[in-house]
Amino acid sequence: MEKFTRLTALAAPLDLANVDTDKIIPARFLKTIKRSGLGIHLFDTLRYNENEQERPEFVLNQEPFRGAQILIADENFGCGSSREHAVWALVDFGIRCVIAPSFADIFYNNSFKNGLLPVRLPRPQCEKLMQAARMGANARITVDLERQIVSTPRGEEFSFDIDPFRRHLLLEGLDDIGQTLQHASRIESYEAARRARERWYPPITA
Amino acid sequence: MSEPKSCTLFDKIWDSHVIERFSDGTCLLYIDRHLVHEVTSPQAFEGLRMARRRVRRPDLTIAVIDHNVPTSNRQAGIAEEDSRIQIETLERNCRDFGVPFIPVLDVRQGIVHIIGPELGISLPGSTIVCGDSHTSTHGALGALAFGIGTSEVEHVLATQTLLQKPAKNMKVEVKGSLPFGTYAKDLVLAIIGKIGTAGGTGHVIEYAGEAVRSLDMAGRMTVCNMSIEAGARAGLIAPDETTFDWIKGRPCAPKAEAWDEAVRYWRTLASDPGAHYDKIVQLDATEIAPLVTWGTSPETVLPINGSVPDPDEAGDDGRRAQMRRMLDYMGLAPGTRMQDIRVDVVFIGSCTNSRIEDLRAAAAVAKGRKVAPDVRAMVVPGSGLVKQQAEVEGLDRIFTEAGFEWREAGCSMCLGMNPDRLSAGQRCASTSNRNFEGRQGPGGRTHLLSPAMAAAAAIHGRLTDVRQMA
Ligand code: SF4
Repeated sequence: MEKFTRLTALAAPLDLANVDTDKIIPARFLKTIKRSGLGIHLFDTLRYNENEQERPEFVLNQEPFRGAQILIADENFGCGSSREHAVWALVDFGIRCVIAPSFADIFYNNSFKNGLLPVRLPRPQCEKLMQAARMGANARITVDLERQIVSTPRGEEFSFDIDPFRRHLLLEGLDDIGQTLQHASRIESYEAARRARERWYPPITA
Repeated sequence: MSEPKSCTLFDKIWDSHVIERFSDGTCLLYIDRHLVHEVTSPQAFEGLRMARRRVRRPDLTIAVIDHNVPTSNRQAGIAEEDSRIQIETLERNCRDFGVPFIPVLDVRQGIVHIIGPELGISLPGSTIVCGDSHTSTHGALGALAFGIGTSEVEHVLATQTLLQKPAKNMKVEVKGSLPFGTYAKDLVLAIIGKIGTAGGTGHVIEYAGEAVRSLDMAGRMTVCNMSIEAGARAGLIAPDETTFDWIKGRPCAPKAEAWDEAVRYWRTLASDPGAHYDKIVQLDATEIAPLVTWGTSPETVLPINGSVPDPDEAGDDGRRAQMRRMLDYMGLAPGTRMQDIRVDVVFIGSCTNSRIEDLRAAAAVAKGRKVAPDVRAMVVPGSGLVKQQAEVEGLDRIFTEAGFEWREAGCSMCLGMNPDRLSAGQRCASTSNRNFEGRQGPGGRTHLLSPAMAAAAAIHGRLTDVRQMA
């Protein structure tokens, strides 16, 4: 997993509340075998019309936001189903951080598993960031995970809270698996103890 | 000196699998059995590849194809392209990572939750996971078994562990014995009807009491299978002589002295007297009648001699609106007698009810009778081995002579992911576990019931009280 320390990037304003996982990635794209490649269907119904042409009014279809790495949104981002595809689609598009006043639980947890940083900030601060983002190419927003600060192009700083364990994993670029593998010797000694205690336990053979 | 702690079956299995306990209560839990199927695994293997990781314990992992396979004319291959790709991907992943794999044309192929117990892979006291919510089925053997998401599938493949917080303990105690014409399916529908689809949230349900003890293993699996429909993480039944007799001699079960040692250990797993449960629910089996669902949630159960409820009699506005929406989707009017509801399709199958015992119960009703005209009735065994056994017993002939289709093993019409699907507006009497909108195909209408009741519905072309067919 890619480390997340400090990111200065273009932010796309998505002024919508309750963006559900169906909006982020509709169910018909779930029969895939990859987690990559979903970026093209990110926000599919908002982004394309019935003829699969881009809707020019949608923010991610506009320059310079096609290259945005930060997304600013409204309340309850990521509600709906538990599909991890929603996070995969955002990451595949190139988004590394979503800033919103609140997130749905499962989406919030899934984000960390995939190197996407969800930042909760009070609504007035999100509004300021939304305004800044609208200025486009000249307005880069900085998300500093080490200091737990988001700064606007004008230098205003907003601090955010994050679970220390989650923060550590992102800073080190460890996903849950990388983290668990740091306990590899404990897993091995557990296995050895089990083998001694339950000698009868059979392997699976096909 | 402090008293030794009284533990539940869940506590015992949990504690014996904890590798590390973190300060916030999260545990690193060892996983003994990882079952893999084609739908929720491709991204997990892809993740391993990208991070250059291997499967830590292929010898504790097994893969099979079930959700996407057609259940007829298999030699012809798989027509739907995305299904075929998912299947081929699993085959390739298993080859690349050395994971044991059961091919589509192998006689042991079947629904993942049928074959785990059948092959002796699912054992008491084990932790068992699979990227599928109905993993709860394996709890019938006294194993802690639950469904996981794709990132967790990858986590287990790479580490043979999971990060989990312990669940709460809930006991469902059913006294008495099931009356004539009722089965394990009616028992679990009655439980869900009583506690609701959120009744078990955050809990692992241990099923106990005389009615549960006297169930055979197939019945116990039916009950644990639907724990998830009651919102629980998992279902559990303490292993006993019934369990041990059933497992003994299965291909992957321990043999000879190892078997004796295993059974000695398994006998220690039952909950201690005085163990603490966060929630206890009691039911009386003697009051249970054959049940059917009328709505689009598994908790909407009614006795077969009941009538469709009236939303106007609902307690509050929210419930009223919800009932209206359900009845609208189901195409039912309040007050309709359940026994007057005509069906277009009958599906006997799924990981809830496709074991040999289920097929015997259905065949006993179908024997010497004919499926009603205009009804499409299908029997889909849970595995190739179940199918083989049924054919040895002549059940296939009973079904085909009555006009049922006799098909190959798989998830089939339990969910609309393979060619077996309802079309919009079709009504189905189904032995599966979910009656959600569109579950069996877009616009399809599902009534959940037992295999015997499903067979009765096929014969009469409408929902029928199986007790009148003896
Ligand atoms: S039979 Fe149905 S519930 Fe069971 S695993 Fe297959 S799709 Fe899921």
